[in-house]
Amino acid sequence: MSLLEFDNVTLRFGGVVAVNQVSFNVEEGEVFALVGPNGAGKSTVFNLISRFYNPAEGDIRFDGKSILGRKAYDIATLGIARTFQNIELFEHATVMQNLLVGRHRHRQSNFVTELLFTPFVRREERRHREAIEKVIDFLDLQAYREKYIAGLPYGVRKIVEMGRALAIEPRLLLLDEPASGLSVEETQDVAFWVEDIKKQMGITVIMVEHDMHLVSAVSDRVLALADGKALSLGTPQEVQNDPKVIEAYIGTTDEKQEVLA
Amino acid sequence: MRTVFKTSYDADINMFQHRYQFGWYALLLVIVLVLPLYLGSYWLGEMTSLLIWSIACMGLMILVGQTGQASLGHAAFLAIGAYANVLLQQRLGLPFIVSFPLAGLIAGICGALIAMPITRLHGVYLAIATLAINILVDDFIVIAAPLTNGVQGLFAPAIEIFGLTIDRYRTPIHFYYLALAVTLLVLFFYRNLMRSPLGRAFAAVRDSEISAQAMGVNIARTKALSFGISAGITGLAGALIGHYAGIFNNETFNIIISIQLLLAIVIGGLGSIHGAFFGAAVIALLPQSISMARDNLNWLFGTRAFSVPGMETAVFGLILVVFMLFEPRGIYGRWLKIRTYFQLFPFYRKDMFRRQKSYLKTERMR
Amino acid sequence: MDVLQLLVSGLANGCIYGLIAMGFVLIYKATEGVNFAQGDFMMLGAFICVGLTNPQFMGLPFWVSVPVAIAAMGMFGYALDLIVIRRMFGQSQIALVILTIALGFVLRFIAGAIWGHEPISLASPIAGRDVRFGGLVLGLDEVFVIIVTIILTVVLWLYFNRTKLGVAMQASSQNQLAAYYMGIPVKRVHSLIWALSGMTAAVAGILFASKGSIDPSIGLLGIKAFAAAVIGGFGSLPGALLGGMIIGVIEPFAGRYMPSGYAQIMPYLLLFLILVFRPHGILAQVHAKKV
Repeated sequence: MSLLEFDNVTLRFGGVVAVNQVSFNVEEGEVFALVGPNGAGKSTVFNLISRFYNPAEGDIRFDGKSILGRKAYDIATLGIARTFQNIELFEHATVMQNLLVGRHRHRQSNFVTELLFTPFVRREERRHREAIEKVIDFLDLQAYREKYIAGLPYGVRKIVEMGRALAIEPRLLLLDEPASGLSVEETQDVAFWVEDIKKQMGITVIMVEHDMHLVSAVSDRVLALADGKALSLGTPQEVQNDPKVIEAYIGTTDEKQEVLA
Repeated sequence: MRTVFKTSYDADINMFQHRYQFGWYALLLVIVLVLPLYLGSYWLGEMTSLLIWSIACMGLMILVGQTGQASLGHAAFLAIGAYANVLLQQRLGLPFIVSFPLAGLIAGICGALIAMPITRLHGVYLAIATLAINILVDDFIVIAAPLTNGVQGLFAPAIEIFGLTIDRYRTPIHFYYLALAVTLLVLFFYRNLMRSPLGRAFAAVRDSEISAQAMGVNIARTKALSFGISAGITGLAGALIGHYAGIFNNETFNIIISIQLLLAIVIGGLGSIHGAFFGAAVIALLPQSISMARDNLNWLFGTRAFSVPGMETAVFGLILVVFMLFEPRGIYGRWLKIRTYFQLFPFYRKDMFRRQKSYLKTERMR
Repeated sequence: MDVLQLLVSGLANGCIYGLIAMGFVLIYKATEGVNFAQGDFMMLGAFICVGLTNPQFMGLPFWVSVPVAIAAMGMFGYALDLIVIRRMFGQSQIALVILTIALGFVLRFIAGAIWGHEPISLASPIAGRDVRFGGLVLGLDEVFVIIVTIILTVVLWLYFNRTKLGVAMQASSQNQLAAYYMGIPVKRVHSLIWALSGMTAAVAGILFASKGSIDPSIGLLGIKAFAAAVIGGFGSLPGALLGGMIIGVIEPFAGRYMPSGYAQIMPYLLLFLILVFRPHGILAQVHAKKV
């Protein structure tokens, strides 16, 4: 049984079909990439999994059970974490506080005990902070712990965004364009991190990415989308050489000859 | 300049970062405790008023500063607290020690209930909804005249706690200590909130609702909880105002008071506990300062123009405009800058606290 | 007959609310900001006109002081944006709301200091005259208000949707950076819209003053006008007028047919219900953030 099953899902925005009968399965422990031109529907797939949108048709199953009945804030409790393409960090908080919000899923106290700050709450706080330290250690964010997000450079923000998702201790991690806007070295860091996430933490990763080098380096399987439709599913090599994919990205030889003539 | 070297998680969790910070606040506490020995009953009354307004400002600050929800109608909760407190004492014969927390609880529950239908609203729409609520509560008090005595208002009886009579005019020192005790209690709760997961969840709702949801924060419930806690604290302040004023009716808690509360916490410094106290100082001490200045200004300019009514709100508004233009972080923000200047001397740079400029990109989709 | 009279006077009031509401919407459509002092702008416009017309102040002819008052308010709006509002560029919407609330307080005080706090009436040639219409007796001032408002609404709507400047204003409210790139002088456009809003408020004020008496606290009508703008749909000019008419008509009818005490809460109750069930108003504009 696959960890995530996307079963014949269709989503429409008015007249535009953003996702058109897309189906794929993601197995536990693999790194799965979604590629495609802009507007292909990749982030929409993520937003469907995060339950920001409701599909018109089809089903989405996590661990065999449908998640269509769930609300957006329930998804984290299931063990699904995500990052956002346009970085949705909490601007007026420090990196620590951002990461600690990621622990919200593991919150055992309620508002009464928190207002009184009982010893139980204090022990919980220590536990949360210890868990956060592991994420900080993994991503090398020690220097930025007490810094406010508002003053941080773009590359660091992307890393904090990833850290916050990891703080949830998810089973499935959705990374939305983790390498966009990053330099070559930073992208290499991302590649190493994704590998470590898969091998050391055993987290399944779904990645939306444009950088084909990164995709080839870390993914086990790739799904190419265009205009909301699934084009090709397979290993990175297979998908890159698939004629349908080449046609969607570059155009066929016939078209090129017509233009030149 | 001091470097804080942390060796345990408790250093982050504790209320005070290091012994020096604790020392300053302990000194402040001592000053506040011995104040009645040095102040006459008039100024003691003013200090009591400041404490009561601080409670109200802290209540509003939790909602606006921490959770980012605008409220132009908080005087409604002052009213609910005041009326609930007095009616519980008068109609059900409950002692103050029971009716007071109960009044806060009632105001809190009302706040949470009122919040539920409006959690989907943002920005100006939310502000206008809260304004409407304030007006509706005011009018409801008049409509429910058999219960609330309508426009004639209610008399707040003297407080009796375990045989000790506390009355604002006859025993101002006792009243001062009562207000101080409640202030410290609310301060304790607020401070605990800021270092707990719930406080962080509030800040998450303020900064990015979408990613807060992705982290597992139930937005609607969190907002309702924030409204509830905020309304509860404000209700406690309202109950104290009832005893402080001696008599009150629906006019005592009108929208001008709501607006003044909001202006005050912005002037004080949005998002910080200190801001609530600075803002309360402005509300409580401004009328007095204006009265004192008014006679001098009238004499100086040889007119009677400064005795015009509405001077207080106008000066209040002017202070806010000046702050918004020149120091949007409020009094506390300016205090932070001054303190940082001295801490980093001579390395303080002019634009250390500069805000990032952001261009408007509409979230409306036509 | 009775009903019709209530209706007309309600519509006339509603037009005033609608005009103030349109002032809100103008600024919102161009800058996505909300001017909470719009009601006080109306008050200021009314007082400027009174100050120019009434014999105890300057005693100018009515048809001279009206355009002068409107122009004065236009300049005031422009100057206010230039000196004060422009500095709030880039801050949150709520910050502007708070600022304009405070400005409202200051304006109220200034008006009281200059023209006094006693209720005063505009010496207008329209006031007090009647129009007979098939057995009905309607106040000329009320009919005048309705006609002027409708004309003004049409003019403003055409301006926003057909003229270059109007479209530029809409562009700068939707994406400031892109508007800059397209050569739109965004800050100047903002000042112009504040000027336009001031002029609209002045018209509302003059019409209000010719219908009855005014004093500095009439700015609080702005709250009802705000309710009107929300009910009608905040991004829509015709919506603002529609909202204003709705509130204007509900008030006298509620006052006649409902027990006392309930009548004055009707506008706010309606506002609350709309906010809960259809927050975007009747002629809606949808809000959603794309991630």
